[in-house]
Amino acid sequence: MVRDIENVQNSFSTENNGNISKKKSFLTYGEQDKFAYFLLKLIASLVIILLLGMIAMLLNSSLPAIKEFGIGFAFNDNWNPVEDEFGALAFLFGTLVTSALAIMIAAPLSISVAVFINEILPTKLGKLISLFVEMIAAIPSIVFGLWGIFFLGPFVKDVLTPFLKSNFGFLPLFQGASFGIGILTASIILAIMITPTITSICREVLKTVPKIQKEAALALGATRFEMIKIALIKPSFSGLTGGVVLGLGRALGETMAVAMVIGNSPTITASLFSPAATMASVIANEYAEADSDLHLSAMCYIGLLLFLVTFIVNSFARAIVWKKQRKARG
Amino acid sequence: MKSLFSLILVLLMATNTYAVTKVNGAGATFPYPMYSKWFSEYNKNNKDVQFNYQSIGSGGGIRQLIKQTVDFGASDAPMKERDMKKAAWPVKHIPTVLGAVSVAYNLEVNGNLNLDGETLSAIFLGDISKWNDGRIQKLNPAVKLPNTDILVVRRADGSGTTSIFSDYLSTVSTKWESKVGRGKSLKWPVGIGSKGNEGVTATVKQTEGSIGYVELAYALKNNLPTVALKNKAGEFQKPSVQGVSLSAASLKKDAKVTASIVDAAGKGVYPISAFTYILLPVKEETTQLKEVKKFLKWALTKGQNMTEELHYAPLPKSLATKMLEEIK
Repeated sequence: MVRDIENVQNSFSTENNGNISKKKSFLTYGEQDKFAYFLLKLIASLVIILLLGMIAMLLNSSLPAIKEFGIGFAFNDNWNPVEDEFGALAFLFGTLVTSALAIMIAAPLSISVAVFINEILPTKLGKLISLFVEMIAAIPSIVFGLWGIFFLGPFVKDVLTPFLKSNFGFLPLFQGASFGIGILTASIILAIMITPTITSICREVLKTVPKIQKEAALALGATRFEMIKIALIKPSFSGLTGGVVLGLGRALGETMAVAMVIGNSPTITASLFSPAATMASVIANEYAEADSDLHLSAMCYIGLLLFLVTFIVNSFARAIVWKKQRKARG
Repeated sequence: MKSLFSLILVLLMATNTYAVTKVNGAGATFPYPMYSKWFSEYNKNNKDVQFNYQSIGSGGGIRQLIKQTVDFGASDAPMKERDMKKAAWPVKHIPTVLGAVSVAYNLEVNGNLNLDGETLSAIFLGDISKWNDGRIQKLNPAVKLPNTDILVVRRADGSGTTSIFSDYLSTVSTKWESKVGRGKSLKWPVGIGSKGNEGVTATVKQTEGSIGYVELAYALKNNLPTVALKNKAGEFQKPSVQGVSLSAASLKKDAKVTASIVDAAGKGVYPISAFTYILLPVKEETTQLKEVKKFLKWALTKGQNMTEELHYAPLPKSLATKMLEEIK
């Protein structure tokens, strides 16, 4: 055994020597390792530098607005470009509500799809279906937006609204006039857009559950549903949450499709049928034609807030995962 | 491989030796179809110059002009004083064509809708929320109006179209002027915002009971019913290229070209219209600037014949002549 290893080492070293002498490489393997390590470190830190640079730039260009409005900017819902008065509350509201609603629709849907593909469908069919689901991610958001205007909007107005009003009309959420353009339509579009992301991550997470664990559950007399609940979903909870968080990140930042169907009206209302506006959509809408410096700066401030919101939401989700993991370990 | 490389090199050199003056411009999206048609037509007879126009929006055009990254700018609204001060040199406004904003609606009624400025602003303020409101009925005695909600559709993105429309509403209604005012982006009291002229057009087309404003070309191309607006002479005018040109003719001889021409006096005038400008820096003549001026002279003469097929209104002859003087 020992001799074998020695042999192998010898053969390696002779090969090395041969290589070096043939090509006259000026780097030894050790140096090459160091070089590769340095290169990777550089590339990895570039990503961080890029992020920090973007934050610095945003901070710099939003300084005039920060000086003018201070932190109250985030709690003021007056957005009046004519008078140069700006507040971001209505946009914060729009972003958070549409994203939350989208997650409420997309998370159960995506996890169910992932379980269905992995556990119930035959492998080949499952692969085909997952291919279709992943293809949704390849559709450009402007196409989603157009589909939203021409199909989903009228559908929400003519079919979904009457249904919701007749069954849940007592809730303030489902009161008021609906024109098919508003929070509900935007949330549904978002939900469809983030479903493929969440589904494919959830599938990968579920795949990591050892087969033996599932078989053990079945052997203990669990039904298929109980097996999925106990042996599949529970142990992979943190991974599934991670997938949902990634989807949420995309929902928070999605711009074009939302801008096309949300109605772009910075108002705060209880009704899901009414128009609203999101942080990303207002930047996309007004940046090109903004001619006052404060207006431009206020939009950069919104961009900064969006950064912050994404960061907080992500850390919140991470905290859930972490807590759950600790609990699982006892 | 080597031969391919040298071939590319030779080709590159060949194109380089053929000297082309490149002129860069940026600005308004509204006249973009007109400008790109002009550039391509102009280029047929002037192969030694190449125009590159980026339709990034009026605000962006002004910013780029101030930063001197472009040779000329273009804007729907005249430059503001504070922007003028930022530029290193005075800026000349040269109107090129006229555009109009039409009020399109979607309502199944017998006959065409008539509105006046006061009523229109009340609708966009949210003071009138039903189609069978007495004020609308009074202007349309023969039309049977339904008892349905009015959905106001407006632009969500900052836009020269909004600026012209709000300028009109501010001119005809003091309440609008004090409550909302003029601008490319506004604090709208009611309604939903759609992105771009195409977005507003689509939303109006799909939603029964809606009313919105779009550029004239969009209403004409999409066959949307448009409101006939009451002008100062008391006539109800549907938007048309002729009506727009007439409103420019109302501009007095010594008036500045940057003056507003909404709600102009005169017969046959359509009241919501405005110039779109090319912004020329007044500085020492560079090759690029010379080419821009040469192009403008062409656009103000021969170019004016091409405007109507793209639904822009040509400048009145007298104004075009005055501008030709100005460019020299």
